Amino acid sequence: MLFAVAIFAPLLGSAIAGLFGKAIGDRAAMAVTILCMLLASGCGVSAFIELESGDTTAGVISLGTWVEAGTFHVDWALRYDALSAVMVAMVTCVATLIHIYSIGYMAHDENHTIWRFFSYLSLFSFAMLMLVSADNLLQLFFGWEGVGLASYLLIGYWYYRPSAGAAAMKAFIVNRVGDLGFALGIALVFFTFGSIDFSTVFGAVGQHQDAAYHVLGHTYRAYEVIGILLFIGAMGKSAQIGLHVWLPDAMEGPTPVSALIHAATMVTAGVFLMARFSPVLDYAPGALGFVTFIGATTALFAATVGCTQTDIKRVIAYSTCSQLGYMFVAAGVGAYQASIFHLLTHAFFKALLFLTAGSVIHAMSDEQDMRKMGGIWRLIPLTYTMMWVGNLALGGIPFFSGYYSKDAIIEAAWASCSLVGHYGFWCTVIAAFLTAFYSWRLIILTFHGAPRADHHTMEHVHESPAVMTVPLLLLAVGAVFAGWAFHDQMIGPDWKAFWGDAIQIAASNHVLHDMEDVPGWVSLTPLVVGLAGIATAYVFYMFVPGIPGALAAAFPWAYRFLLNKWYFDELYAAVIIRPVQYLAQGLWQIGDVTIIDGIPNGIAALTEDGSSQVVKIQNGSIAVYAFAMLIGLVLLVSIFLLFLR
Amino acid sequence: MNAAGFPLLSLITWLPLLGGLIIMYVRGDEATVASNARWAALWTSLIVFVLSLVLWVRFDPADPGFQFIEQASWLPQWGITYKLGVDGISVLFVLLSTALTPICILASWEAIKTRVREYMLAFLILETMMVGMFAAMDFVVFYMFFEGVLIPMYLIIGIWGGPRRVYAAMKFFLFTLAGSVLMLLALLAMWNFAGTTDIPTLLHTQFPASMQTWLFLAFLASFAVKVPMWPVHTWLPDAHVEAPTAGSVILAGVLLKMGAYGFLRFSVPMLPLASAHLAPLMFALSVVAVIYTSLVALAQTDMKKLIAYSSVAHMGVVTIGIFTINVQGISGAMFQMLSHGIVSGALFLCVGVVYDRIHTRDIARYGGLADRMPAYALLFMLFAMASIGLPGTSGFVGEFLVLVGAFQVNFWLALLGSLGMILGAAYMLWLYRRIIFGRITRDDLRAILDLSPREMAVFAPLVVLTLWMGIYPSSFSVFWDATVSTMVEHHQAALAATVKLATVIPQ
Repeated sequence: MLFAVAIFAPLLGSAIAGLFGKAIGDRAAMAVTILCMLLASGCGVSAFIELESGDTTAGVISLGTWVEAGTFHVDWALRYDALSAVMVAMVTCVATLIHIYSIGYMAHDENHTIWRFFSYLSLFSFAMLMLVSADNLLQLFFGWEGVGLASYLLIGYWYYRPSAGAAAMKAFIVNRVGDLGFALGIALVFFTFGSIDFSTVFGAVGQHQDAAYHVLGHTYRAYEVIGILLFIGAMGKSAQIGLHVWLPDAMEGPTPVSALIHAATMVTAGVFLMARFSPVLDYAPGALGFVTFIGATTALFAATVGCTQTDIKRVIAYSTCSQLGYMFVAAGVGAYQASIFHLLTHAFFKALLFLTAGSVIHAMSDEQDMRKMGGIWRLIPLTYTMMWVGNLALGGIPFFSGYYSKDAIIEAAWASCSLVGHYGFWCTVIAAFLTAFYSWRLIILTFHGAPRADHHTMEHVHESPAVMTVPLLLLAVGAVFAGWAFHDQMIGPDWKAFWGDAIQIAASNHVLHDMEDVPGWVSLTPLVVGLAGIATAYVFYMFVPGIPGALAAAFPWAYRFLLNKWYFDELYAAVIIRPVQYLAQGLWQIGDVTIIDGIPNGIAALTEDGSSQVVKIQNGSIAVYAFAMLIGLVLLVSIFLLFLR
Repeated sequence: MNAAGFPLLSLITWLPLLGGLIIMYVRGDEATVASNARWAALWTSLIVFVLSLVLWVRFDPADPGFQFIEQASWLPQWGITYKLGVDGISVLFVLLSTALTPICILASWEAIKTRVREYMLAFLILETMMVGMFAAMDFVVFYMFFEGVLIPMYLIIGIWGGPRRVYAAMKFFLFTLAGSVLMLLALLAMWNFAGTTDIPTLLHTQFPASMQTWLFLAFLASFAVKVPMWPVHTWLPDAHVEAPTAGSVILAGVLLKMGAYGFLRFSVPMLPLASAHLAPLMFALSVVAVIYTSLVALAQTDMKKLIAYSSVAHMGVVTIGIFTINVQGISGAMFQMLSHGIVSGALFLCVGVVYDRIHTRDIARYGGLADRMPAYALLFMLFAMASIGLPGTSGFVGEFLVLVGAFQVNFWLALLGSLGMILGAAYMLWLYRRIIFGRITRDDLRAILDLSPREMAVFAPLVVLTLWMGIYPSSFSVFWDATVSTMVEHHQAALAATVKLATVIPQ
């Protein structure tokens, strides 16, 4: 019951703020949505604690029939187990803090429709909660598309900016590419199992091991195809390489949006899907190998790009992309628990980083370019400290939360003892170095050195109001302690008791056990490279600031390659967008207008011409008519004589 | 007699015509006539709608056969009877027709200023024809109503349409008539073979395999134009662009369903062998329709043309669903038809709202409407999302069920047929962005007014239906579940019988 309240309270808040926001005003809309969120987080956390303390048991809350067609039957139902409870607790808490932070951040919004913003935020929270608490794939897809809609609305919140409109559209459409894979995956699950309810599907995993599906001229095991199709969906939502292009552009939305959607919750939906579907995926080694490969590549790719970006939010966006890659590496090597553990810690420290960046942007009069910052650390000490905390957690420095979860992923990649697992290991290790490097590059460029902003901006630099800093402090508590607090339950010796039936793995999967026994150097490597990354950043940007420029001058092609984000946008524009535009024009002007319409129009013209010619024969002269009759008679008689006798 | 206890279907069918007769005898100066005609038409259509709700309440979903049957002797020597009745496939289309008519009349309240009486009369005749077509249980009765629909629609486009209305009306009429002539031939052939035109009897008549193919092709010629399927779809964008708003609503909402309904009523159940053999052709045409017209929609600069092309793409999904001939596919097609009837109707109304204010459909003339018309922006968003097929709206259920159905046939069919998911998002959001997003740059847009109470009243039922069908779709699908299951079983039995026959004969 508490669980259901936690999920539907945000919907109530969103509906009130959205439908009556104009009438009741901004303050009331804020109050309503935040009260609903507080209620939701209270219920969400209690539901989680009750489940873990054993006061209540996991189960399914059925809400009624949704879609029905023959044997295809889908209910509206909430699944209450360890995985959904931990996600609900995390999402409601982070979302509540971000709602509160938004009061301060959006106070000076020139748009004067703050109620709209809060309504969207709550709508997003509701969709995300539906996603994580779904009891079947279709309801998960409902939440999945719901967060897509909410993120579209939030990215496009400043609708009068052309760039915001474009970014919103891009996010939705790129996600739709992945969603197509997801939808096909759901269809294949139904085709294989005859149901898309989690309990039915997971209960029947053993029976369909040898199910085959014929596609692309080959026959594959159905589980592998399911895994790949669902992962294509996850790639879109979780911004993995190839379908990541929307995430950096999505920074057009207000900063709290970036924190909520593009760090803590929505983008992790793909990782959640992998963990949720672990009972099936664990029997699809080929698909898991693909997951690891893409995850590792993304982790490395995004980290390299993050090193050259100058927009403070884009650096963090690429960092998110990279960390999501880590989570997929974990899922790919079978350590689903570690992926959710990292998802949880990442939610806290990445939300903290984004909100801190928002605090910086707020202080700098809406400046986002790090080249125009610097020298402000004494002016906003609290924000500065929070940035440090967030980056220490992200960099995996001991006893901060990221240390526990990120190291676990790197160890699991090594412990998997497969080729692709080792590829994942090396990619994530290099990415760990780059992560530390760009994080401290961000700190130094933003806060240290000589002030590069203009005089006017510098005069206005101020610490944010309490309504913004208190959420920062609370998130910082999570960023520091979440790893330490949940390590033992989530991936330590107690994991079976903690997760219960929520994560079921194959008997042959003992990666969690094996990662305790990795060689000492494997455990030490992340820390060493992390510290090396920090040191490099200090050398490059504080002690010898000439190096980055010299490097860029020495390897201009490499620099441009990274600065332009590996030219993905340009590639897509050339290979997909422009050809599609030409094709669309061609099909319309040539296909429809010229060819398809040409035929009936041509026939009509021909008829018209023909009849205007025929009209000329009827000129009123009796002699002509009599002559025509004569010819006709001759013709008829000849035909009769020749053929019909 | 029937579940209602009185000749309900005849009443629903002919009452609009009676209302039309009353309107014809309205006298007075022009303003009085117009006002009286409007109110008379609205009341007539509302009474008809309320009567049709009896169908919703009293229809027995467990019975797969025809219900509310009424019969009168007409031409007994030819085996032709006046026979009406509805089954799971037709009942909701009757309701769709009766629900959209009052909405259309209300939407034309201020937009139509000339010859109001004749306009309202045309709409009421149209309603009679539509309801009669869906309720007909005799092929000849069906054919008469099917063709009869053309006349009022032709007049609505040709008289109250835009600048190129005559071209569009002629094109509409000739395209659809050319196809229908072949259906008439098929009708005669069937009558010649079976000796009756009674639809339930024909449903259980086994036509020889070679004859089935010819009949199927003749039906295809007629229904494909109505759907419309690629490549005979080009009448639709022209008709939509020139038709008045309410005309577009009925055209997209009900008239396009007539073709798909024909496939479900005649082609699939009566010609099982031909349907199975020619399904690949239908799939090919449908997949081309989905991809081709979605791309063409992307290139449009006229709002109505864009939505018209999107209709063709959505109907492509319907025809894929129908010819998968499994429960999910057909159920999805049914749902997609109803949903499209509501959502595309609503989208045309959305275009009508701004067209009534600014008098242009050129997308480039708009931009930044969110600023001045927040309620409109919200509604447009909802219907755009429903058109894209967002879960929770009506558009999703049908599209997804068709995907599930298609997947059981072939992976490629499912993949290519669902490309509309991506392309649909692209053209709808691109449209939305150009109209609603951005800054207002023109003075006339700066002074534009948000929705009036009358417009809200027009949209309200559509909003409710869109969400209701999206959140609780089983309350609709229950109507046709039994009928569709029976149809699929019947189809499989017919195919199995032929296979048995084929294996027996050589021995």
